[in-house]
Amino acid sequence: MQLAMHLHHLLYVASGVHRQALAVTPGSSSSNPVWYHILNLGALTYGLAAIGPGIGIGLIFGNTIQSIARQPEAAGRVTGLMWIGFALTESLALIGIAVPFFIK
Amino acid sequence: MNHVLAAVAASCSPSSSHIFSGCGYPAPSISDFYFNPLFRIGGFKFDKPMLLALLSAVIVVVFFWFAFRKPKLVPRGAQNVGEMGILFVRDQILRPQMGKAGDKWLPFLCSLFFFIWVNNIFGIIPILYFPATSRFEYPLFLAVMVWLIYMFLGMKHQGAFGYFRNMAVPEGAPWWILPLLVPIELFSNILVRPFTLSVRLFANMLAGHVLLLVFTLATWYLLTASIAALYATASFALVIILTALEVLIQALQAFIFTILTATYVAGAYEPAH
Repeated sequence: MQLAMHLHHLLYVASGVHRQALAVTPGSSSSNPVWYHILNLGALTYGLAAIGPGIGIGLIFGNTIQSIARQPEAAGRVTGLMWIGFALTESLALIGIAVPFFIK
Repeated sequence: MNHVLAAVAASCSPSSSHIFSGCGYPAPSISDFYFNPLFRIGGFKFDKPMLLALLSAVIVVVFFWFAFRKPKLVPRGAQNVGEMGILFVRDQILRPQMGKAGDKWLPFLCSLFFFIWVNNIFGIIPILYFPATSRFEYPLFLAVMVWLIYMFLGMKHQGAFGYFRNMAVPEGAPWWILPLLVPIELFSNILVRPFTLSVRLFANMLAGHVLLLVFTLATWYLLTASIAALYATASFALVIILTALEVLIQALQAFIFTILTATYVAGAYEPAH
């Protein structure tokens, strides 16, 4: 079912019947020095930004697993708090992936 | 989703570029988030994200109106689903943060949660395939609205000066750390909160949409009569796995936005301790 839907979407792209062309490209990439494109700072930014939240999320889930192992009755409460902590930590990594898109 | 490449590669449009054909991979970029307007009224452009945001609001309103048209004591059908949704918001989001006294906030939190969730879901629904919350203005104004609510309520319930004093000086902080603590607390509570609230939702949806775009475009790019077709299959499998991940992330982000709203509003009633 999902397969059919995605195939439909790919054929949609292929037929080129309905194009959503861009209105205007915000900002131009031609005013940057050469080394900017060699180095691809956007990818580097995200790579560095993902270190901290990677460790943080690992800590959150590891501690959740440990606490459920110690006290299985608390699993419901602990799991809820885990999702909140995960989303807050993940937001920092995702700010890192979104920043290169709108800050040239 | 089809963005026109530079005029230099004249024959390389995204729907005709395949691997080994001389055209590069049509990578998704920020221009995929800008759409031609569907129609204009004077200088006002009405484009696809606006249509999707309106559509999600209409869907939420119509669903809940339909579910509670003739409410019965023992719910069946749409009323059952509607009640499940509202009770989820009340018991998992509202009651832990605000207690029973906060029940009057239930309509607001329900609307917020379902509006954000339906908007997010549009990212994986065929034909639509764009989460309106991945345009920055929609989470921005939702966060600004929440910010205005908790700032105004905080000043109303704790006094204009008392609110800032309670925010800046936590209980039990020694006096010598206050010059460092007060600016950080004020900055964090007044400026950083709406920023992270909006950017969290926006960046999650942006990243999810870009991920799906990357692998869908890769599937199309690799779909040639060569060995690359195998890689296209792998790319397509990744699209399906990422769609499943997106289902989780979309619901989670709506939940997080709503529960943080409840926390901030509860903090406006009483100072955090």
